[in-house]
Amino acid sequence: MKLAVEGPGGRRQAYAYTGGKPFDPGLPAIVFVHGAMHDHSVWTLLARWFAHHGHAVLAPDLPGHGQSAGAPLESAEALADWLLGLLDAAGVDEAVFVGHSMGSLIALEAASRAPARAQHLVMVGTAYPMAVSQALLDAGEHDPFAAIDSVNALSFSSLSGKPSYPGPGMWLHGANRTLMRRLQMAQRDANLFLTDFRTCDAYRNGLEAAGRVACPTTVVLGARDQMTAPKQAAAIAAALRARIVTLASGHSLMSEAPDALLAALREALTSRAPAPTS
Amino acid sequence: MPGYANPGFDTLALHAGAAPDPATGARAVPIHLTTSFVFESSEHAASLFNMERSGHVYSRISNPTNAVLEERVAALEGGSGAIATASGQAALHLAIATIAGAGSHVVASSALYGGSHNLLHYTLSRFGIATSFVKPGDFAAWRAAIRPETKLLFGETLGNPGLDVLDIPTVAAIAHENSLPLLVDSTFTTPWLMQPFEHGADLLYHSATKFLSGHGTVIGGVLVDSGRFDWNAATARSGRFTELTRPYEGFHDMVFSEESTVGAFLLRARREGLRDFGASMSPHTAWLILQGIETLPLRMARHVENARKVVAFLAGHDAVASVGYPELESHPDHALAKRLLPRGCGSVFSFDLRGSREQGRAFIEALKLFSHLANVGDCRSLVIHPASTTHFRMDDAALARAGIGPGTIRLSIGLEDPDDLLDDLKRALKVAAKA
Repeated sequence: MKLAVEGPGGRRQAYAYTGGKPFDPGLPAIVFVHGAMHDHSVWTLLARWFAHHGHAVLAPDLPGHGQSAGAPLESAEALADWLLGLLDAAGVDEAVFVGHSMGSLIALEAASRAPARAQHLVMVGTAYPMAVSQALLDAGEHDPFAAIDSVNALSFSSLSGKPSYPGPGMWLHGANRTLMRRLQMAQRDANLFLTDFRTCDAYRNGLEAAGRVACPTTVVLGARDQMTAPKQAAAIAAALRARIVTLASGHSLMSEAPDALLAALREALTSRAPAPTS
Repeated sequence: MPGYANPGFDTLALHAGAAPDPATGARAVPIHLTTSFVFESSEHAASLFNMERSGHVYSRISNPTNAVLEERVAALEGGSGAIATASGQAALHLAIATIAGAGSHVVASSALYGGSHNLLHYTLSRFGIATSFVKPGDFAAWRAAIRPETKLLFGETLGNPGLDVLDIPTVAAIAHENSLPLLVDSTFTTPWLMQPFEHGADLLYHSATKFLSGHGTVIGGVLVDSGRFDWNAATARSGRFTELTRPYEGFHDMVFSEESTVGAFLLRARREGLRDFGASMSPHTAWLILQGIETLPLRMARHVENARKVVAFLAGHDAVASVGYPELESHPDHALAKRLLPRGCGSVFSFDLRGSREQGRAFIEALKLFSHLANVGDCRSLVIHPASTTHFRMDDAALARAGIGPGTIRLSIGLEDPDDLLDDLKRALKVAAKA
């Protein structure tokens, strides 16, 4: 679905995957926010499931990623504002916010900026602070394709993610590497890798944002995550009084453990988890 | 940068796509000889059919053993994913049929395996898919042959019968200038000798019957997608690839390029082509090919080493008029081979005996180690004399037009002791001289 979204550069066209069904803003909405160097396609299995089970689904490409126009935005705060603008454009008042990695910080920030619009916050493969090593940032600046390879090598817990994603026969390492390389090459005027990983590294508003979040929160972690190790999520999960679910997966939970992540999301959205109290 | 690298080729050949079986702990890949897979519930079944979940339904479309093979070959090629097929021919057909239909057009190298030429020239034309053949090194001809209805460019990494080396970077550039993908048959080179995606190809396939399997036991193919071709952008520029970028009524109105940025082609190929044409691979075959791939790096090194010794022997023999091997300076693509195939040019090549068809036949019949049969890429050395077998109906003039002489012999060099191979050839050449 194409939408016109307000952003720092004015109204620009944005793309959001709607789960293989026409978007109906009258249904309970759920928005999936991808992480660094990704696009909507990391969410398509989950998005299809929820779209075919009574939800209005939006899985946008963030600006500068995939089919959404404009330069990549340079902070989680700016991306959160853009995300809320996307909901406005789609006619969505409130939604479940699900974010992965960098996208989890965007979802957190959006849920804090518009607490009345967030029905549930789900942070997948998250950490706070989401510190990035100076070596990786340097590599991202000078040799982003080598940096992509390094991140790719750390993104999966094994050489065999079954039953693979989005279906059998896909080689997860290769598909993820190709996606990141394509997104990097598509930006002629920006270093997407550097922008995204600086965004992760620079975000410092997490604990304050957590204090403003009014909805229940679930944190879903990969037990073998080498990008955002589970213990690095402890502080933000505590601040949010989040329910923590740990899956047998690395960082790429959507592709390594799609069924387990679906089960975790279904459980989260049907449970009566209490909202945090300040 | 002190980063982490993706695993190397030899590691991937052993591990990619496979892990100890979670149900039994089996370390080797199990053979899942089952037609179908039990659903957990009606809801689970529906979500598998609607691609809301990943998983196996029916072995014509996917199977856990086949999936290991698919992931492994994709890994070795630097691709995003793959589909195992009943044969190399089935892989070629699946590649074309996924994006082409009646009214479509293909531009192909003229230096092709005979079966591929038959499929393109005779069979697919009956279904409305036309092909223009061009000499692989004639870049102006590649450009000139492209039409508005062209869907892909196609060639072999090492062409038949003269081992023409396809200049993949140049042909890929021509394809991409015209918003078209380049498909290559990588059978003769295997990913150990060349990874065509690194040179710009977009899709590739193998007759896995040959070096990937390596033991002359099974027929199979693998179609691999790099994931690099931007079908949306190409459709926007040319209007060509609506099969992948518009809703497909035949599968839930799915827009494949929305479902997977890097896997759109494979999604349609599996969900339509494998489903409807049904040229799928047996899991037992997949398992045997996996056994072969585990030693591919070791075997290919030995294949090339033995081939070089045989080439050197034949090139220096008085009874041999010529040897067509790109590592020789006499080969027209020698410089290109040095650039694209630094590890070697494989172990399948042809040479010309001085003499008649009768002498060619006598040579073949005198061989003891080389097996006279229609295959290549076996661990055993193989030989065929086209003038008395595959092309026996042709007169000498027709043979010449096909690039084949009355004394042309094709060899596929195996893994035997090289001195034994040389002895076998030496003796047979002597017999042929007296015939």
